[in-house]
Formats: sequence, structure tokens, C-alpha cells
Amino acid sequence: MNTAPSNSPADSSAGTSTLTTALQMSDVRKVYKMGDGSEVVALDHATLTLGSDEVVALVGPSGSGKTTLCSIAGGILSATEGRIVVGDEDISGHDAKELTKFRQDKVGFVFQSVNLVPFLNARENLLVVDELGKRTGAPAKARADQLLEELGLADRAKNLPSQLSGGQRQRVAIGRALMNDPTLVLFDEPTSALDTKLGEQVMELIRNEMKSRGTAAIVVTHDERITHYCDRSVHIIDGRLEA
Amino acid sequence: MKLALKELRRRPGRFATATVILTLIAILLMFLGGLLDGLIAISTGAIRAQNADAIVYSDTAQASFVRSRIDPELRAQVEAVDGVSEVGGIGNVQLGARVPGNGPRDLASVALFGYELAPDGVPDAPPYGQAWADESIEADGVEEGMIIEVGPARTPIEIVGFVEDTNFNGQSSLWASPETWRDTLSANRPDAQLGPGVFQALIVRGDGDLPDAIDAATDGATDSYTVDGAVDAIPGVTEQQATFNQIIGVTVAIALVVIGLFFALLTVERTSLYGVLKALGAKSSTIFAGLVAQAVVVTTIAATIAGTLVVLLDVLLPPGSIPLLITPARILLSFGLLLVAAVLGCSFSLRRVLRIDPASAIGTTS
Repeated sequence: MNTAPSNSPADSSAGTSTLTTALQMSDVRKVYKMGDGSEVVALDHATLTLGSDEVVALVGPSGSGKTTLCSIAGGILSATEGRIVVGDEDISGHDAKELTKFRQDKVGFVFQSVNLVPFLNARENLLVVDELGKRTGAPAKARADQLLEELGLADRAKNLPSQLSGGQRQRVAIGRALMNDPTLVLFDEPTSALDTKLGEQVMELIRNEMKSRGTAAIVVTHDERITHYCDRSVHIIDGRLEA
Repeated sequence: MKLALKELRRRPGRFATATVILTLIAILLMFLGGLLDGLIAISTGAIRAQNADAIVYSDTAQASFVRSRIDPELRAQVEAVDGVSEVGGIGNVQLGARVPGNGPRDLASVALFGYELAPDGVPDAPPYGQAWADESIEADGVEEGMIIEVGPARTPIEIVGFVEDTNFNGQSSLWASPETWRDTLSANRPDAQLGPGVFQALIVRGDGDLPDAIDAATDGATDSYTVDGAVDAIPGVTEQQATFNQIIGVTVAIALVVIGLFFALLTVERTSLYGVLKALGAKSSTIFAGLVAQAVVVTTIAATIAGTLVVLLDVLLPPGSIPLLITPARILLSFGLLLVAAVLGCSFSLRRVLRIDPASAIGTTS
């Protein structure tokens, strides 16, 4: 069942050198100013490069800076310092409006609690991305149908999230993340709400989907058991990345 | 916005409470407005019906027929004003009328007018002793051809037909010749009887700004109004309007607060969902437009239900039981006020929507 390759940081870094870059974070810092004037460094001189179809596990304990790194890479947060390039777009100096547009076009998100829109069926949850972004209409509908087919959810297209199992909801969320044909997909603890078996199935699906589409992904997790589905693991502790 | 409308369609239960409350508020708003319109209508119909460019009272009358006197000399001055083409005298007396078949104490309140120039919708004055009656008097059992006895002197007046929307001071109007009015006034209000040729007011037709020209020509011996001005000047009308409009204003304010609170609570409840949508690329303006669209739809549904119920109530109420006048204009005005309240109420949530951080979607479990 487990078809994921074994990996190590050493052999994955060798792989990235031959790939187009999906994400390049250079010396990125995120500092929060507190009410009492003190500063909290959430991300400290982080440098990370992802190849175009590379799946990287970002591992670290709670409060280590995983979410901050992910949010900056996805254009949800702005960095205090450093350079962030996703695909061919340097988002380091983007304002809020530009970041919104960037998120519509270049990034896919799968959130920890899946967070599907509860009153929309599976197909409509995928089409939300188009409605919020380019509004292409028919092509988006065709893409949604294709993604649902590929994710094995064609017969569940009309089901509301409440009528789907946990694994099916996770697959819908993955489909939603892929709707805009992103350069980078960010998975926030994708298996945290699933049992071990289902978690493994989802990770296998993530890996297969990313690889088949040539899309890069960061999988945020604190569960070392699933990291072997990724090309490599990057650890983060106290805002610092460790190889 | 499509997303918001889909939510309304698929989760109507979430909006049921707000819709019910808004429907009740809309009913109250339309009912109050209908009462105001009804009260104003039965107080001012006789003046609104006048086909006049100026209505002329004597200088100290304060637009009251009872206090006004226009003698033939003053009338001649008015007739001589440039632009005046027609002048007709008008007078009024308000009395109780005995209706055949009703009890001796069951009087119908009437306002008997004597007129020279016929108001809109009223034929020329009938022969002596006869009158056209406003149709509202039918609620007192009066029928065409019936002779009613007016005032303590029991002056007989034969009803020769009915006219619409000409009531005055909440009483059914009777429209008679000047002689009929003058004799009825003398017989029933001896203290207020007027000499030959004397009227209480003048109806003037012509060109130009006649009220000012007439008052200037009479050197202030007259107090002249346009028809609209005369309606507003009827004692009590402005006060009634101000009172009801204040109540209507408070009702609109309550609607605004209800909508504001409802959508503020909804926004708080949806913070997580909005965070996700923002992370997916939704603009704050898109989310806020969705809220406004939902508020507008809820308000439209509430106003439609309320409008239907108020019209039904108007149909079911026995004629003359309460002065309720439901018009499309009043329903549309109430709807418009509620829409404004809905949009303003939603704006309470704008700041909250703007402050929702898309980063909240990541790293949270709910």
C-alpha cells in the first residue's frame, strides 16, 4: 500500500538542483511587535528552496514557526525582511491587494480542519476558487469536474461536506487547492484530524497528485510518521530552519 | 455575492429569525404609515380636492374656516388682482346629522360645505336643500336619495349622490350650494351666521404666484395659500405628521439596530469561514457585498410579506372602522426606508470583515 519513496535531506537537495524553482525564500524574517514594545521573532533568517514538483515536509513542534513560514510562502503574511519568490513572482514587496491576487492565481491551500464551505456541494466548493478569482465560468466547471473525477469523487460532486467522509472532505479540499493550477500548494496538518490509515491514504494521494501535476507542496506537520511520503523534511525550531 | 445568495437559498433557517423580526417591524412601519396617511386623508380631502391656485382666508384666521370672514369688498380686491381669472366663495360648518333608521343619539359627523367653484371630483352645486356627500358617510347608513337632518335645528339635506376623498377634519363632507350652507349655518350656529355675500374663504384660479400677489393687493387683510400650503396649515395636520414621522423614524432605527446586530453576530460566527475565503483570494469588498446582498434579500422578503399582510388587513377591516389608508407609495416608502436601514445596519460589520486576517485560516482547527 505504501508506495512513497524513502528520502533524506541529502538526496532531495540533490534533486532540486535539476528542477525549476517553485519557491525561493531567502533570509526571511518575521518579527511581531508586542504591546509592551518587545519583539517576538517568529521566523529567523529562513532560507528554503523548493523544486517545481518537490513535496517538502515542514516539521516542528507547536509555536516553532511552521504556520508563519507557510503563511509567508502563501502570501497571507508579509515578511519583515527577506526575499520570497513563488514561481516567477517576487512577492516580497507586494501590498495586500497584490497578495490577494497572488493567492488567487499562484497558491493552493489545504487547511487543518479542511474548512470546506458547509452549504456548498463538493463541486461548488471547487468552483469557489474561480468565483473569487478569474471567473472563467465554463472552463472552471470543466476543471472542477476533471479534478473530482481524478480524485475519485465524481459520484460525490453533488454531496454537501456533511454528507462526505473525512477522507472525502480532505480530497475535496485538495481538489479546491488545485483548482487554480497553482505553483505551490500549502498543506496545513492535512492528517491531523484523520486516523493513521486514512492519514496515510491522504498523504499518498497528496504525493501522487503533486507529482503527476508537477506542483510543489509544503506539508506542515508535527507527525514524523508521514514525512516519508515527502521528498525531504525540513525541521523548524524557534523560527529557525534546520536541515 | 453568488456565494451569499446560495447560502440564503440553502440555509433559509439561519435567516428565519431576522426575517420574522424584520417582517414584524415592516408591518408596524407600513401600518403606522397607513394610519398617518389615513388620518391626513380624512382631515384634508376637502382642501386637496380644490382646483385652485390660491385659497384665501382672512388675515387672522390661521387657515381656519371658522375664524375666517371674506366680505364682498375684500372679495372685489381679490378679483382685481392681476392674473386672477376665477374667484369662488366657500364656507363650512361642522355638525352632527341624524340619519333615518339610526338611533336619536347615533349622529353622523358631517362637514357641510357651500361652494361656488366645484372641487375636483365634485359636480356643480345641487339645488337648494340638496348635497353631494362623501362616500364615507355610507358607513353611517346614508344612501342616495335619503334626507338627513343636520344640526340641532334638524335642517333637512337630501343626499343626491356620492363623491370620493373629500373628507374634512375627520368628518364626512357634504357639498351644497352657498345658500344651503348659509341657511344651515344660520339655523344651527346663530352666533356664527354670516351676512349676504360673506364667505369664510375664497377659491381663486389664475396665473402666477397668486397667494403672495393677493396678500399684497389686500394690504395684508388676507392670508393666502397654495393648495399644498393650505393642507399643511389645517390646524393639527402638521402636528399629526410630525408625531407619526417620529414614531416611524424610531421604528426605522430599531430595524437598523436589529439588522446590524444580526449581521454582526453572523459575521462573528463566520470569522473562520471568511478567513478561509480570504486565504483563497476573496477580497473584503466581496465578502461585505455578500453580507449586504443577504440583508437586502432578507429585507425584501420581509417587506413583501408585510406589504401583503397590511393590504389584506386593509381589505378585511370594515370601512370607517379605523382611518387606515394603504397605498403602493407608502409600502414602497417603507420598503425603501428598511433597505436603507439594512445597508446601514450591515455597515456595522464592515470593520469586522476588514479586520479578519486570512492568516487565521492557517494553524487553526476550527
